[in-house]
Amino acid sequence: MTSRRHAVWLLAPGLVAVLLLFYLPQALMFIVSLGSRSPYGMVVPGIGLANYARALDPLYLWILWRSLLLALATTVVCLAVGYPVAWWIGRVAPAKYRTALLTLVILPFWTSFLVRMYAWIVLLRSEGVVNHALVAIGVPRLPLLYNDFAVLVGQVYGELPFMIIPLYVSIEKLDAVLLEAAADCGAGPLRTFRSIVIPQTLPGIVAGCVLVFIPSLGAYLAPDLLGGGKTAYIGNLIQSQFAVARDIPFGAALSFVLSVVVLVLLVVFRRPLKSAQTL
Amino acid sequence: MSVPISAAVEIRSVTKRFGNVVAVDDVTLDIRPGEFLTLLGPSGCGKTTLLRLLAGFERADTGRIAISGTDVTRVPAHRRPVNTVFQQYALFPHRTVFGNVAFGLEIDGVAKPEISAKVARALDLVRLNGYDTRRIHELSGGQKQRVALARALVLEPEVLLLDEPMAALDPKLRKEMQVELKNLQERLRITFVFVTHDQDEALVMADRIAVMNHGRIEQVDGGEALYERPKTRFVADFMGVTNLLQVHVVSVDAGTARLRTLRGLDIVAEDDGGYRAGDTVWIGVRPEQISLVERHANTYAGTIDDEVFLGDYTDWRVRVEQELLSVGEGNVLARGRARGDAVTVSFAPHAVLRLDDPHGAGR
Repeated sequence: MTSRRHAVWLLAPGLVAVLLLFYLPQALMFIVSLGSRSPYGMVVPGIGLANYARALDPLYLWILWRSLLLALATTVVCLAVGYPVAWWIGRVAPAKYRTALLTLVILPFWTSFLVRMYAWIVLLRSEGVVNHALVAIGVPRLPLLYNDFAVLVGQVYGELPFMIIPLYVSIEKLDAVLLEAAADCGAGPLRTFRSIVIPQTLPGIVAGCVLVFIPSLGAYLAPDLLGGGKTAYIGNLIQSQFAVARDIPFGAALSFVLSVVVLVLLVVFRRPLKSAQTL
Repeated sequence: MSVPISAAVEIRSVTKRFGNVVAVDDVTLDIRPGEFLTLLGPSGCGKTTLLRLLAGFERADTGRIAISGTDVTRVPAHRRPVNTVFQQYALFPHRTVFGNVAFGLEIDGVAKPEISAKVARALDLVRLNGYDTRRIHELSGGQKQRVALARALVLEPEVLLLDEPMAALDPKLRKEMQVELKNLQERLRITFVFVTHDQDEALVMADRIAVMNHGRIEQVDGGEALYERPKTRFVADFMGVTNLLQVHVVSVDAGTARLRTLRGLDIVAEDDGGYRAGDTVWIGVRPEQISLVERHANTYAGTIDDEVFLGDYTDWRVRVEQELLSVGEGNVLARGRARGDAVTVSFAPHAVLRLDDPHGAGR
């Protein structure tokens, strides 16, 4: 019993942080979202669902849909790029270099995300590094910047470490003898990957996808800088309601809708999430 | 004894190196169809590497391996007509017992009803009927072992490879499984290649035992022959010949070799044709071949230096001049002796085994 009481005390700092920094702001946002905007951009308290009705306008739903697609594309590309990298670090590279290689994966975090997005502008713009290289080998210039492609590149680049790390943990734990057992039963490399490797590394796949998908849904910086304001995603829409249109209640409603979408997705996928954890 | 061309497994001059270590060193071996062959040796002797070369998990640096007359030296593991029972079973944790046994059949594209029938038969064979839907983590060590066996047998391999499959079982269960596995092999007539470091296990199960040391096969023989007539110092040591002595050959005459140990004990041995006067060689005498009661050509006065009680018998350490001999005596007779007693030890000339020492392990 005393150990349980001690556990509560150990949990206390975390609980306080979550309450103060997540649930309280979320509750405030919800209250604000029920109010309306004064002519000077202030919040007029009230109880109404007008902001939510407006959020269901096809235009905004389309933006939400685009955001879901961006998050999905980011997740798929990160998985496709990250899996071989994590596999290589966890199973192919000499064990003594693994820590160094993982450090390289997270090294970009030592530079501000903002700075790294500007670096992508330097690479992708029409007079940028990539286009110069293309011209040098006789390929015409490509419109690489200020479009959805640039946003996806920036998102994948930014989220990739969050995919690689959990994948690495799962892949590194995978028992090599299971691969031999599969080959012994007659499974070629592809069959072994499908029937043994994917099920065995599913916890890492699910964790990586959740860690990439959810932040990508509300992505703001990459769409803003690499999309050049010409691409509309829910993150930018919310930001513009707060900072440009100064319609705080509507921005609050939009961000609350986004939270609900994430929550619904987590509930819908709770079965695969749970089965992945019990493996 | 010449081996027919239709050997189940032909291993020809196979060598495998890991960096500077020669794990398997120029091994040549024929395994007969339907034979239970055991690769026996201490850890690091290369027995598991040799098994992995047969399975296809390792590629030979040089040499050739053929299974049922087909060269498989360059054939990957998943295309070889062999199956393996792994040391730690290597069952797929995300699949049920049925899913594990059915895996290979699914890959072969066997029809569903036939898979069910074959899996049921395989589980019946290892006495696990009704365990189909169990998860792997719900099974005991012995049950996992049986599932691993069923998973390999259901594919009807030409050769079944077993890598110390009993190592993780407790001694009592291990004894039961040894008998069961031997019976199973005799019933199915599949060629078994069984790796172990336990000579008792090898003696219980194998038709022939290949004793490995430093990547080489030192002797291949039936269990009885190996026990009665080990050819090298290493094999003798491994098979429990605890009295190993280095001797000068003083003279060889009319089927009798007169020997003197380096510490000056004179021994008469039956000449097997291998003694040359003036040579220095190793000999061995089994502890149970030395008697404290009978009188043979080699008879010495000694004192009991120490005793080791081993259940069925007692191992007396008897000091004879400068040598210390190990004498095994059944416990009915052993009563009434104690440390410090004067005894007479005796063994016959034919009990003296002449041993080669190809690796100089005794120096």
